[in-house]
Amino acid sequence: MIPGVNGFMYPNEVELQWSVLIVLYPYITGLVAGAFILASLERVFKVEAVRPTYRLALLTALAFLLVAPLPLQLHLGHPERSLEMYLTPHTSSAMAMFGFVYLWYLTVVLLVEIWLEYRAEIVGLAQTSSGIRRLLYRALTLGSYNVSPEARRIDDKVGYAVTVIGIPSAFLLHGYVGFIFGSVKANPWWSTPLMPIVFLFSAMVSGIAAVMVLYVVCSKLRKVAIDMRCLDTIARYLFYTFVIDFTLEMLDLVHRTYEADESFRSLDFMVHTRLWFSQVILQIMLGTLVPLAILAANQLWKFSEGARKAMYMTAGGLTLIGIFAMRWNVVIGGQLFSKSFLGYTSYKMELVTREGLLSAIALMILPFVIFLVLIKLLPPWQEEKAH
Amino acid sequence: MDISRRDLFKVGGKVLVLASVGATLEQITGAEPPNDAYRMADHWWGMIVDIDLCIGCGNCVRACSTENGVPHAYFRTWVERYQIEEGKQPRVDSPDGAMEGFPPSTREDLKSFFVPKLCNQCAASPCVQVCPVGATFVSPDGVVLVDETYCLGCRYCVQACPYGCRYLHPRTQTVDKCTLCYHRITKGLTTACCENCPTGARLLVDFKNPKDPVHEILRNNKVEVLKPYMATQAKVYYKNLDGAVR
Repeated sequence: MIPGVNGFMYPNEVELQWSVLIVLYPYITGLVAGAFILASLERVFKVEAVRPTYRLALLTALAFLLVAPLPLQLHLGHPERSLEMYLTPHTSSAMAMFGFVYLWYLTVVLLVEIWLEYRAEIVGLAQTSSGIRRLLYRALTLGSYNVSPEARRIDDKVGYAVTVIGIPSAFLLHGYVGFIFGSVKANPWWSTPLMPIVFLFSAMVSGIAAVMVLYVVCSKLRKVAIDMRCLDTIARYLFYTFVIDFTLEMLDLVHRTYEADESFRSLDFMVHTRLWFSQVILQIMLGTLVPLAILAANQLWKFSEGARKAMYMTAGGLTLIGIFAMRWNVVIGGQLFSKSFLGYTSYKMELVTREGLLSAIALMILPFVIFLVLIKLLPPWQEEKAH
Repeated sequence: MDISRRDLFKVGGKVLVLASVGATLEQITGAEPPNDAYRMADHWWGMIVDIDLCIGCGNCVRACSTENGVPHAYFRTWVERYQIEEGKQPRVDSPDGAMEGFPPSTREDLKSFFVPKLCNQCAASPCVQVCPVGATFVSPDGVVLVDETYCLGCRYCVQACPYGCRYLHPRTQTVDKCTLCYHRITKGLTTACCENCPTGARLLVDFKNPKDPVHEILRNNKVEVLKPYMATQAKVYYKNLDGAVR
């Protein structure tokens, strides 16, 4: 009897191949895509109320996007060969496109949009600051110091176009991550055409929740008033996307249960045993139903400002935990059962190895460090100027 | 057309010079005469496994492990024992991949048989499809191989294989799997597992060889591949396969 194994696993299946780091990968890219979609609400869809979070959302997206490839790099048996994915991509592989989708999103969409948004301030800072900061801002101007009203109008137009391109790109980024899993026909837990769209909406949910929480935390730390109109609007959009996300996930569940194909008994047993806590308790109950109820209550009734803040923070925090649990259940859950449907293995997370818990924690802290550097470098606060 | 004697000597001389250069090249390079050389295009390898002949001795697993230096607790081939009670889910075991065979069954009243497993050498291989750099590929003679100098170790192929035939080699940190003893079969030998099977339950076959017994076996027997619904065009055929086998 092999420890941690129940029933029969093919002998090579006992050891899980994709660890917690591969859980982080869709989680992080999801936050990027979701934050960007929130930013585009203001820019393209003219939802003026969320203006205070526009820059915050862009910087959040960038901070997480810079970290997105790191869990993959750490996971590879030969990280030094990862460049081969760019040089000799295998065109039939869903995974081979990641590098290109990533680079497109990073360079063509996010960096350009942030640069255009901040250009006037960068030029100002390049002229007023001194020392290393001056050099840095001068470099960031890319040699363009023209901030005349005409130039700014062009910036705005190009920025708008980039955001318009950015929305399908954000959809592509995360829908594509869903496809990496959804296209594996050998794995019935993953193999569903709904996977890209479920990933996409859960990405939007997590990204919006992350920016909402960050906005409240930053405002508290900076001791400035929270724009409640903005917060209410973000919460409303979070509610809408969450309803769609939950509907899609339930559709998947109902479909599987009703079809009850060969894999169903095995997967159903797994959900009721090994995934009970992470799937039923964390993902569905605490991470979905509770925040949905809180957000729904705010659509129905008017609560005091203090109560709303507390409710939104609770809903946002639980949502982020719930979406992480969802990624966990997809990635880890998809490897806990045997492809023979006759047994189950277990995942024992290591602590201080390359793919262990500490690496995962470090990778989740890193985007916040980058975020701090970014807000120092490119302050996203606009209360003083706007409106 | 007039051909002068002079022209005839000229052309004949050229032919002689070219022929002699060809012979010299062959001698210099030490190349085998073309007729005896292994030509990948002439072969399309696979295997026939006869369930009724397998006795679960584990000889194949040990032979494979020794021949290919398979790391401990990983398997390029293994043997499963199915024990089926009517109306119940099959009980399956494969202690250490059947490296030491199987302990005696505790139940005499069950339908029981052994199923040797290995890479199915699929022609439409999901593992090959998903490899991001093309490090795993189907060779022109139909064997799914991994270039360990190129593999990233991302393990997408491990996830994509429906049969659980791949693993990450702990030393090379690249994916490893059954090569159908490619180093042997290209020299005219059979695989280590086939050679060491005492009952002939495994038979290496070449679908492109018109004289290979595979054609007669496929014609006269009911055969099946594992998980046919996966549509991988597997080339390991099972004779007398029970429907319960996954």
